[in-house]
Amino acid sequence: MSHPSQSALEHGTSHHGSHDAEHANHGNLRSYLTGFVLASILTIIPFWLVMGHVIHGTQATVLIVLGLAAVQIVVHMIYFLHLDTKSENGWNMLAFIFTIVLVVIVLGASVWVMYNENANMMPMSPQYMNHKQGS
Amino acid sequence: MNTIAVDTVHSEPRTFLCREEAHPHNGTLLGFWLYLMSDCFIFAALFACNAVLGTSYAGGPSAHDVFDLPGLAVNTALLLVSSVTFGFAMLEMARQRKRAVLGWLAVSGLLAACFVALEIHEFVTMIAEGAGPGRSAFLSSFFTLVGTHGLHVTVGVLWLIVLMVQLGKHGFTEANRRRLLCLSMFWHFLDLVWVGVFSYVYLVGVLR
Repeated sequence: MSHPSQSALEHGTSHHGSHDAEHANHGNLRSYLTGFVLASILTIIPFWLVMGHVIHGTQATVLIVLGLAAVQIVVHMIYFLHLDTKSENGWNMLAFIFTIVLVVIVLGASVWVMYNENANMMPMSPQYMNHKQGS
Repeated sequence: MNTIAVDTVHSEPRTFLCREEAHPHNGTLLGFWLYLMSDCFIFAALFACNAVLGTSYAGGPSAHDVFDLPGLAVNTALLLVSSVTFGFAMLEMARQRKRAVLGWLAVSGLLAACFVALEIHEFVTMIAEGAGPGRSAFLSSFFTLVGTHGLHVTVGVLWLIVLMVQLGKHGFTEANRRRLLCLSMFWHFLDLVWVGVFSYVYLVGVLR
């Protein structure tokens, strides 16, 4: 019912704010298509590397696949989620950076700690050693 | 023109400034973004589990034995295209074209439903082959992570259906626009998590 006056209010009063929100939330056709093309390329390359056994070194393939995944995540962030430093006065970006820091700590520390535990603690148990030699 | 004139008569510049600083429309979107970031932590913990337990096969099938990479490629394509079509729906929403929005939403929902169906099929096949979640630590972590993601997508599809009904009934009300923007973020976020899943759990899993 109050739609005309609402839209007049939006356009008349908070023009700057609503324009920012539109830009931040919707993007445009070109940004979605760019994102789609980039994401497709970044998806096809790792599949091709793994399924086609293109590179002989496993370590190198793993690093390239993970690197491409990181790039693709950034592509999704920019072109699909439209994350930038301006939306919500930068709070989106700040929350995102905070999350990334914690995620890196959680993932990195888990892998590091458990790797060291596997490497250092396992041979301490004679039973496990026997079991390992037996199997 | 009429309404603007009325507005300027009734409201003083001070009221207007307050409105802009409070940002009442963006509060939900920022809050939903924070929810997504907390969801990130759930997935990070599950990814960490998979990173630690990913090679604990307990004498059972390895990642190389159970993963079907062509099927994974189809699943990945479905989710990526669905993310883009949801973006098209958002573009149509900015132009206030209800029919087009409903069309693109239906396409996105169908693609995501196909994704879930294929994933359930994959799970059922694996369990039938004796590679269920109880077989090894690797499979437990796999089913937990991929299952959690699949559950998110399923909830997203249900949410999408509810919003399509809401949109069909009430049109582009402010509440419906806000809800669709939240679902849009949720949708793109799940596609983003899937990048980590197919790259790390499947492709790297097959390699190591």
